[in-house]
Amino acid sequence: MTDTAVRVENLSKRYRIGGPQARYKTIRETLVDMAAAPVRRLRTLGQPSPENETIWALKDVSFDVKRGEVMGIIGRNGAGKTTLLRILSHITEPTEGYAEIKGRVGSLLEVGTGFHPELTGRENIYLNGAILGMKRAEIDQKFDEIVAFSEIEKFLDTPVKRYSSGMYVRLAFSVAAHLEPEILLVDEVLAVGDAAFQKKCLGKMEGVASEGRTVLFVSHRMEAIEALCHSAVLLDAGCLVVAGKAHSIVEHYLKTTTGEARTIEVGDRLDRTGTGEYRFTRVWFTDEREDTVNAVRPGKPCRIHALVSARDGAEPTDAFASIAVQDRRGSPLFTLSSALIDTRVHLEGNTEIVWEVDRLQLYEGEYPCNLFLAESSSGEAVHGIIDLVRDAFILPVGPGDYYGTGRIARTRDDKLFVDFRVQSTPGVEHGAN
Amino acid sequence: MNATIDDQKTGTVIPPVDAGSTTVIRPSSGWVALNLRDLWNYRELLYFLTWRDIKVRYKQTVLGAAWAVLQPFFTMVVFSVFFGQLAKVPSDGIPYPIFSYCALLPWSYFSGALNRAGNSLVGSSHLITKVYFPRLAIPVSAVAAGLVDFGIAFVVLLGMMFYYGYAPTTAALTLPFLLLLAVATALAVGLWLSALNVQYRDVRYTIPFLTQFWLFATPIAYSSSLVPERWRAWYGLNPMAGVVEGFRWALLGKEPPGPLLAVSIVVVILLLIGGLYYFRRMERTFADVV
Repeated sequence: MTDTAVRVENLSKRYRIGGPQARYKTIRETLVDMAAAPVRRLRTLGQPSPENETIWALKDVSFDVKRGEVMGIIGRNGAGKTTLLRILSHITEPTEGYAEIKGRVGSLLEVGTGFHPELTGRENIYLNGAILGMKRAEIDQKFDEIVAFSEIEKFLDTPVKRYSSGMYVRLAFSVAAHLEPEILLVDEVLAVGDAAFQKKCLGKMEGVASEGRTVLFVSHRMEAIEALCHSAVLLDAGCLVVAGKAHSIVEHYLKTTTGEARTIEVGDRLDRTGTGEYRFTRVWFTDEREDTVNAVRPGKPCRIHALVSARDGAEPTDAFASIAVQDRRGSPLFTLSSALIDTRVHLEGNTEIVWEVDRLQLYEGEYPCNLFLAESSSGEAVHGIIDLVRDAFILPVGPGDYYGTGRIARTRDDKLFVDFRVQSTPGVEHGAN
Repeated sequence: MNATIDDQKTGTVIPPVDAGSTTVIRPSSGWVALNLRDLWNYRELLYFLTWRDIKVRYKQTVLGAAWAVLQPFFTMVVFSVFFGQLAKVPSDGIPYPIFSYCALLPWSYFSGALNRAGNSLVGSSHLITKVYFPRLAIPVSAVAAGLVDFGIAFVVLLGMMFYYGYAPTTAALTLPFLLLLAVATALAVGLWLSALNVQYRDVRYTIPFLTQFWLFATPIAYSSSLVPERWRAWYGLNPMAGVVEGFRWALLGKEPPGPLLAVSIVVVILLLIGGLYYFRRMERTFADVV
């Protein structure tokens, strides 16, 4: 007995897409074409479509999933993620290749599949459960749990067409969340409901993952993939690009899909002040492995690099270098000023300055930053500005699980993470000191 | 096979997997096995789908389940006036209203079931593209759901039998079998139509026309005795002729339909087996095409 739960070998799926459509110009032409269409279609009936009208939604994808492993499937829209899950769910057949699945499969490609608007919440729990492959006895047994999770007790006997969309989704997800197959295939279904309910869903998924069930999980939320999955595969245009540890695949994906890792040119900016002896010309960001990235991530080390060019004949000098980070409204958040830590940077010819942050404490978002070089600085006062570029660049911060809880902290308008603990001391006398 | 593997990451014990439940997914070609066992495994789903259809049928209607009676009943009234009274269509000595109602009963079940089954797959496209289960469950449940209406309308027939003084004979014991024949006919044709409908939506427009045509090809408003004796067995090629004449024999004491019914049974069996295989063959492309 092997411990492979899912084996996928050279799985391919070809879809037929419509041929080029003629563009109609007048109503008369449209009507004539409609009249001629039956004859044309009958003539071509049963003939295979030309090759150029097909597309490979999935091509030669192979991987293994071990029993108890939680694997993430990531990729851009149209990369073939859903097609892969559909094939493994037995909904559609592959065109080539094969897959072997050991154990009972449950798939969750959508929440609320088969919900009937005329039926009540109670009735839909049974109907939806049966459609998802649960036995009646199983639903009976979990019924209370499902209702409690969905928080719709009061509306259990109301037809779901009268539900708000939030209630509908909560009920639908609750049924799905109580599905307990040996192998669970989950498409992007966690992006439902309000933030609080999403958190609850992610928590439930974590529970599933830690129970040792095999899960294949499609998501666009990288922090969810990183938090829940052991491993991941990256698909692009139907092909498997890379497979491996979830963390490294996510890094790879973020690096490759957000376009070419780029540097920001600030040398041409004219809206700057200072002597201009030395000028900022370029800014870029790197991660902990010193790879250039497009976005830095919360809770991770980050480095901001700036290249400074000297004007012809500029003397070597020591200076203070700072980055002032602001929020989108322009309110200052903090300043990475070398003056604050009593450090001067030595400038001579073209110089690279690096600001290193051990653990980035910013929420996901975009933060405009000022770049600043000064000869000296005493307290508030700044003397001898060499170069100052306001809003020189925008610091893009990607999503991230700062606290390592497996959930992304989302609080409206918050900008900064702070490390903290909470503890309680029970049995304290009221008012005692 | 009760070995368990300790997962290194989570440290939890994974329940042993039933080694027999390995599924292999690969492209299939040509004719595939019927695999009715799969359908049996999903019998609870079949039950719930049927239950849903019944439950939803008369939601938000004023008359509710009375509709199950009104349709055949008023058709019977119209037939009695025009065919029975005005055209004087012979009804083999049976009062025309009960003569036609007894035929309309299985017929309205059949036409309703055929209509629902034919459109069932297209109507369930949201299920077909999102969840796996044997697709046969969809037309089967559509055909099964009509039986409740049949049951309700049957009560009216019992009332009419009482009114006209017909007592059930031992022949009435064959009713379940005759009903089964009607179910099988509806399912057989429904399988063909529903699978064709996935690919060719023309079917949707064909069904009303087909049932109308079929109504007149079936001895409902008239008797099969209008057909010359030597051709009558061939009339059984229309399986509903066998069903309808069977009903009249079982309940109203007409002469047994014998050869006509035998031909109907053979035709239904062939249609059903053909329909099942055709359905299974087309099933694999449903999710892509529908």
